Amino acid sequence: MTGQKSAPGWRELPHGAVPYKSSREYKTGDWGVLKPKIDFGRCTKCTLCHFYCPEGAIRMRGDGYPEVDYDFCKGCGICAAECPVKCIEMVRRG
Amino acid sequence: MSLREMAKQPDLLAPGHRLCAGCGEAVTARLVLKAVRGPTIVTAATGCLEVATTIFPYTAWDLPWIHTAFENAAANASGIEAAFRAMKRKGRGPLAKYEHIDVIAFAGDGGTYDIGLQALSGALERGHDFVYVLLDNEAYMNTGIQRSGGTPRCAATTTSPAGRVIPGKREWKKPIDEIVVAHEIPYVATVSASYPTDLIRKMRCALEAEGPAFIHAFVPCPRGWRFPSEQTIALGRLAVQTCLFPLWECRLEEGRPRYTLSSPSLSIAKNPERKRPIEEYLEKQGRFRHLFRPERRDDLIKEIQEWVDLKWERLLEKAL
Repeated sequence: MTGQKSAPGWRELPHGAVPYKSSREYKTGDWGVLKPKIDFGRCTKCTLCHFYCPEGAIRMRGDGYPEVDYDFCKGCGICAAECPVKCIEMVRRG
Repeated sequence: MSLREMAKQPDLLAPGHRLCAGCGEAVTARLVLKAVRGPTIVTAATGCLEVATTIFPYTAWDLPWIHTAFENAAANASGIEAAFRAMKRKGRGPLAKYEHIDVIAFAGDGGTYDIGLQALSGALERGHDFVYVLLDNEAYMNTGIQRSGGTPRCAATTTSPAGRVIPGKREWKKPIDEIVVAHEIPYVATVSASYPTDLIRKMRCALEAEGPAFIHAFVPCPRGWRFPSEQTIALGRLAVQTCLFPLWECRLEEGRPRYTLSSPSLSIAKNPERKRPIEEYLEKQGRFRHLFRPERRDDLIKEIQEWVDLKWERLLEKAL
């Protein structure tokens, strides 16, 4: 998953260690066993899942509903535990 | 600002960082950065946040970020602020074009309570305009859960293991907030990621304060405290509800520190029956398991409860 091919050698790097790639290129989505599944029928658009997500993997869409980016979700389950209306369920990845 | 408006703010901590699943530091750092109001430079001492967000060649920071050694996050922040002021005064240099730059220093409890205390004290005394965010997960989690000055009494760590000889760490937690308030800086606050609106509001107040500001964030750590990853937020809330970690802010007004309780703790102060016993908080964590199994150590639980009550009473004396 780590795109290694174009990484410059250490001689080509500037002085000091300068990370030059965004971590968005490093997908952590394969860490977890479970993933959240949102029941949009019951979602109240409260945005708490967005604020409590350690990864920033839950984004609020233009229509106000949350959207999970499974490329980064590590499956910690905080969103499901904290959802006030319990409309998020953790299901097995498959 | 409402939560819905704040949700539209872009995240400045990018996904793809390699903090553990359910890490409280990641939630806190994201919320802290939601409060950023303009050009900002971040510096971070060695700690989980630093090693997991900048594994070469990747960086999770969407704003200028400088790594520093374990002991000198505050000294580094002072230097950034002083460099900006010098460039501004001389009218040349890469930062001279900015009207104002906010400086945020992140450090863990090891880098604040123990190793970074002198650098922090010096920076507060010199009065640099920066915000110091202490991410307190109560041990050196990055190197493998060693006890720090921030570890509470009776917590089992790899350097204070619970067994027949000692029941976990023997010392109490260092009162870092009182030490910082004693420096007579404009703004000190305690925050918990379990209360996002409170956290973002306090962080904004800290950025707006003229001079140094200190934010003490309580950060549950699933790995080091031994609890399931989905309980991070619930445990942070429980710490506030048991008054182990009350939420307050302290402003310096006419030379006197003026404490104000924030709403989650204020409601407990007004209705003391809402205060929950510390046992509820302790029994959820593996690092306190020896207080309950194989035999219940009521003496130690009582001791911890009395300490929590004493600290809470002392805070109420100051805040009301």
